[in-house]
Amino acid sequence: MDLSDTDLALVSVLAQGLPMVSHPYRAVGAQLGLDEAQVMARIQAMRDSGVIRRFGIIVRHHELGFKANAMSVWSIPDEEVGKVGRLLGDAPEVTLCYRRPPRLPLWPYNLFCMIHGRDRAEVEETIGALNRRFVLGAYPHAVLFSTRRFKQTGARYGRPIHQAAAAE
Amino acid sequence: MDEIDRAIINTLQGGFPICDQPFAAMAEPLGLTAAQLLARIIKLKADGIISRFGPMWHAERMGGELTLAAMKVPQERFDEVAGIVNSHPEVSQNYAREHALNMWFVVATEKPGRKAEVLAGIEAGTGIPVHDMPKIQEFFVGLRFEA
Repeated sequence: MDLSDTDLALVSVLAQGLPMVSHPYRAVGAQLGLDEAQVMARIQAMRDSGVIRRFGIIVRHHELGFKANAMSVWSIPDEEVGKVGRLLGDAPEVTLCYRRPPRLPLWPYNLFCMIHGRDRAEVEETIGALNRRFVLGAYPHAVLFSTRRFKQTGARYGRPIHQAAAAE
Repeated sequence: MDEIDRAIINTLQGGFPICDQPFAAMAEPLGLTAAQLLARIIKLKADGIISRFGPMWHAERMGGELTLAAMKVPQERFDEVAGIVNSHPEVSQNYAREHALNMWFVVATEKPGRKAEVLAGIEAGTGIPVHDMPKIQEFFVGLRFEA
């Protein structure tokens, strides 16, 4: 989907969070010179096209009690990585699953899953169970727990309103 | 957090209505008024449970780039390097992880080509090679948490 300058200005306003008022889309529109219906139509279009993956609250998993998170990675032969990725991606314990390129020599792994749990033991148990269920024991594998969180802001997209207005 | 807060978190991670009074629409099935729901969301934000209320973007469909990158940072330089990495507004997340590659961060840009500039800037600013690991295939993006 090609985003117009109006869309980019809308993206920028939404990045600050939905206003906590009874008519939030009207309040967003007021910042952009759009009416409520126009704002709803643009958001709906971005949602339909998949530019917006999801629209709602985004939680801090650590504060919610999911204090352990691990990146669980495997080195799977190219001809099998699609199949294994689909199996892991369908597993309810997996929160994200991607194929990425290995970076030798330090990094031989090409399949990445995120596993979140309340503590380290729970996450280790979950990963052990995935390895058994999908018979992944023969592949090189590593588990990288996070030890510190330096930044979690969400991506910043969009364009400041004055720039969008100047472009139009 | 009580049961109603948990229900709010579990429901509102799934989606939010696009209608003129969406909070009122969400409040009713939760047994709340719109004002009560708003007050609870504001409290959950203030408590740091909710980080954002809005869209989760698909960077590539916006025409941008998203990648995961990793660096091998000497322990004694960790805070300094984290400061340089985090100073780039395109870096949305940064975690220390247990591996020789011990710093992992996400770079999200809205313009094609910008990612390479950001990664090059981090390499130049730190003198440490950055390993770029863009996604090749996406099997699942569900990042949702049951409260």
